[in-house]
Amino acid sequence: MTTAPAKAGWRFRQPSVIPGFGLTLGFSLAYLTLIILIPLSGLIWRSAALGWADFWAIATDRRTINALEISFGTAFFAAAVNVVFGTIVAWVLVRYSFPGRRIVDAMVDLPFALPTAVAGIALTTLYAPNGWLGSLLAPLGIKVAYTPLGIVIALIFIGLPFVVRTVQPIMEEIDKEVEEVAATLGANRFQTIARVLLPGLAPAIVTGFALAFARGVGEYGSVIFIAGNLPYKSEIAPLLIVIRLEEYNYAAATAIAAIMLALSFAMLLVINLVQTWSRKRYG
Amino acid sequence: MADPEIKSYAPRQESLSAAVTESRPAKAVLMIVSFAFLGIFLLLPLIVVFNEAFAKGLSDYTEALTSPDTRSAIYLTLLVAAISVPLNIVFGVSAAWAIAKFEFKGKAFLTTLIDLPFSVSPVISGLVYVLLFGAQGLLGAWLKAHGIVILFAVPGIVLATIFVTFPFVARELIPLMQEQGNGDEEAALSLGANGWQAFWYVTLPNVKWGLLYGVLLCNARAMGEFGAVSVVSGHIRGLTNTMPLHVEILYNEYNAAAAFAVASLLAGLALVTLVLKTLLEMRYGAEIAATRGH
Amino acid sequence: MEVRVANVRKEFERFPALHDVSLDIKSGELIALLGPSGSGKTTLLRLIAGLERPTKGKIFFGEEDASQKSIQERNVGFVFQHYALFRHMTVADNIGFGLKVRHGPTRPSAQEIRRRASELLDLVQLSGLEKRYPAQLSGGQRQRVALARAMAIEPAVLLLDEPFGALDAQVRRELRRWLREIHDATGHTTVFVTHDQEEALELADRVVVMSQGSIEQVGTADEIYDTPNSPFVYGFIGESSALPVKVEDGQVWIADRPIGLSAPHAPQGEATLFFRPHDVELVDECNGCIAGTVAASRRVAGTRRVELEIGGERQRVEIELPVNHPAAQKSRVAFRPRRWKLFPTA
Repeated sequence: MTTAPAKAGWRFRQPSVIPGFGLTLGFSLAYLTLIILIPLSGLIWRSAALGWADFWAIATDRRTINALEISFGTAFFAAAVNVVFGTIVAWVLVRYSFPGRRIVDAMVDLPFALPTAVAGIALTTLYAPNGWLGSLLAPLGIKVAYTPLGIVIALIFIGLPFVVRTVQPIMEEIDKEVEEVAATLGANRFQTIARVLLPGLAPAIVTGFALAFARGVGEYGSVIFIAGNLPYKSEIAPLLIVIRLEEYNYAAATAIAAIMLALSFAMLLVINLVQTWSRKRYG
Repeated sequence: MADPEIKSYAPRQESLSAAVTESRPAKAVLMIVSFAFLGIFLLLPLIVVFNEAFAKGLSDYTEALTSPDTRSAIYLTLLVAAISVPLNIVFGVSAAWAIAKFEFKGKAFLTTLIDLPFSVSPVISGLVYVLLFGAQGLLGAWLKAHGIVILFAVPGIVLATIFVTFPFVARELIPLMQEQGNGDEEAALSLGANGWQAFWYVTLPNVKWGLLYGVLLCNARAMGEFGAVSVVSGHIRGLTNTMPLHVEILYNEYNAAAAFAVASLLAGLALVTLVLKTLLEMRYGAEIAATRGH
Repeated sequence: MEVRVANVRKEFERFPALHDVSLDIKSGELIALLGPSGSGKTTLLRLIAGLERPTKGKIFFGEEDASQKSIQERNVGFVFQHYALFRHMTVADNIGFGLKVRHGPTRPSAQEIRRRASELLDLVQLSGLEKRYPAQLSGGQRQRVALARAMAIEPAVLLLDEPFGALDAQVRRELRRWLREIHDATGHTTVFVTHDQEEALELADRVVVMSQGSIEQVGTADEIYDTPNSPFVYGFIGESSALPVKVEDGQVWIADRPIGLSAPHAPQGEATLFFRPHDVELVDECNGCIAGTVAASRRVAGTRRVELEIGGERQRVEIELPVNHPAAQKSRVAFRPRRWKLFPTA
C-alpha cells in the first residue's frame, strides 16, 4: 500500500483501491529505463566525455553546420507548405461532403503507414529527370531530385498528416453558432474566417507546424534517396551522423546527435508551451 | 459526472446555412487545391510503387519476391515485429494502467518520456545503441568478452525497433482509459473481483478496440522502420536485412524493379493498415477515444 | 449488519473532505445521506464501501473493524451513480459477475450462477432481459440491473450513490417506491446518497443531513423537518424564512418592538429567527407580531407567496397564504409564526 507520508501532506500518489500500481509503474519504469534512459544517457555521457574543444570543433565544422542548416531549413520550409495546404485539406475534409470523403480522409494517414524507404524511392522515381513529374518540370529548368528541393518534397510528404490531424479535430469542434453570430454581426465570409476562425485554430496550426517540423528535422529514410547527398549541398544531418558512424568517428556522430537532440527538445518545449498557453487562454 | 460522451467521427452532416459557408466557386477552388495536393504528394508516389514493381512483368516481380535474400528479409521483418510488438503491448498496457488509473507525482514527466521517441530522429535512436553496444561502446568490451552479439545482429534490430515503436500502444490506451475512468473497475472490485480479474474481465474488454488500433499502428511502424534499424543492422544480406533495408540495397544496386517489388509488399501492408484503421474508426470510433492521428 | 463509523476524517491532497464524522447505522435500516454537493456524502459512502480509506478513524461492520479490510473482503453491494454496468456483458453476466470471480468452493457452478441471476432479475422485475446488453436498456432498467448485480453477492451492506440521480422525474418516483419495497422484502442494511430532500425524507428510515464535511443532524423525516437543530438544516430542508432578531428579557424583538414570541431559555443578544413560510398565523392587530409591507406577491401552485419588507432595515421575508386570503390584497400584512426556532448569531 501507500508509503507513509514522509513530510506532512506530501504523498507520492493519492491512495486508491485499484490495485497494481507498483507492478505496472515498476514494469513501465524498468522498460523505459532499459530502452530509453540508459541508451540516451550513454549518448549524453559520450558527448560530455568529448570535451568542449572537440565538441566545438565538430559543431562548427563547415560540413556539420551545412548539414544542420539543410535539415532545419528544408524541414521549416516543408512544414510551412504543409501548414497552408494541410489546413485547406483539413477544412475540405471537415466541412465539405463529397463522394469518397472517407477514402480521402484515410489516405491522409498514408505517410504514417508507408515505410519511409518506400516513400523515398517512389518520390525519387517520380521526380527524377525521366520520372512522371520530373520530366514535366525539367523543361521549366526546375530540378527536384538530388537537390534540396527534393528534400523539401520528401518532408512535405512526411509531415502532411501531422498538420491535418492536429488541426482537423479542432475544426470539428468549432461551434457553428460562432460563425452564425459573426455573420449576423455583419462579417462577410472572408472576415469570419480570418478574424474569427483562424485565430481559434492558431494554436493547433502552430502545434501541427512544430510536429511536422520536428519530424522533418529527424527524417532519414524518405530523404536520402531523393537528396543526392552532396556534402555541403544536400546532405542532411541524420545522414551525416550515419556517415560519421560508418567512418567509426563516434565522437562526431555523437556530437551532431547531441546538437540535434538539444534542438528537438527545445522544439518539444515550445510545443508544450504553446499548448499550455492555448489551454489557459481558450480552455 | 456525465455519462461518457459518445464521440463520433462522422463529419458534421447538417448543412450549414448559406451565411456560414463559402460560395460555390470558393468551395470548388479549395477542393481542387486539396485534391491536387493530395494527388501529387500522396497518391502518385503510391501509384509509382506498384507501377514500377510490375514494370518488367509479373515473372520478374515474383522472381524478385522469391529470391533467397528477399525471403530472409521478409522472415527477419516478421520476426522482429513478432518480438517487439508483443513486448510493446505489455509495456503499453502496463504504462496506461499506471498513468490512467492513478494520480501520482511525476506523471506528466512519465507521459512526456513515453512520447520521446516521436521527437528523436530514428538515426539517433539507432545511434544510442551503437554507442552502448558497439565495439567502442560502453558495454562493447564486456559483451565481446562474454561472446554476446547485439549490434549488427537481430537483438540490436529488435531493440532499435522497440525504441521507435513503444509509444504507439501506450499513447492510444492512456487517453482512452483516462476517459473511461475507474468506475467499472471499482464496481468489479466491490463485487469481489481481484485486480487481475478486474483487468481481464472489465478493463480489457473496454479498451480492446483501442488496443487493437494501437497495435496496428505499432506493427506498421515496426515492419517499416528504416532509419533506426539501418544504423544498427550492419546490412548483412540474408542475415540482418529487414525488408526496408533490402529495398534500399536493391535500389542502390540499380535493381529498381526488384526494389519496387519488395516495396510493393510494404506498400500493401500500409494499405491494409489504413483500411483496418479506417474500419476501426468507423465501427468503433467511440471506443478508440478522441485521439486520432498521432 | 450494523455499521459504525467512528471519528472518521478524510483528506484529499490535504483538502479535508470529512471532519471527524461518527454515525451508527442499525441492522436492516434504510439510511439516506443528504446534503448539497461538496458536503462529503459521497465520500462517506465510498469510505464505508472501502473505495476510499479514512485518513483517521475507523469503520466497523458489526463488531469487526472493517477499515483495514480490502473492498473485496468487505462484501458490500455498491450501486454506482452511473451504474458502471459492464457494457460488453449481457445483463445476466453483469449480475453473475460477483459470483463468477469467486475462487474455489465458494464459487457456484455456471448453472447456479445463471439461476441466481434470473432469480434476481425476477426480484427487480426484469425477467426475460437476461440476454440484453446494457446499451439496450432504458435508464430505469439499468438502475435495476445495477441493484440486482450488487445484491447478487449477498452483501453485508447495500450502498447506493445517487441511485436515481440520472433518471427523469417520473421514473424516479416509481423506482423510489420500488426500492423501499425491495428493502422491506430483503432487509439489507442500506445506505443511499442523495441531494434530493424529498427523496430522502420519503424513502429513508433515518436521514443524515451533511454539510461541509460534517454531519449536521441525524433523525427521522419528522425530526429533521419539524425540529431542525441548526440554521443549515432549517434552510436546507423544506422552505424556510429567516429574520435577524434580538433576544431580551425572554422576549424576541425586531428593532425596538417585541413580536409576541417568548423565548425564556434563549441566550440574550443577537439571533436569527427561523420559521416555515406556510406555518404562520395572520393577525389583524399588531401588538406583538411581525408586520411588513408587501413587496411582491406570486401565485405558486395552490398557494400565494407573499414577500414582505420588515422594519427600517427592510429585511425581506416570505410567507405563504391561501390563494383567496384577503390579506393577499392588502399592502400591509401582520403575522406571527406558529412554529419557529431561534439560533444565536455566531
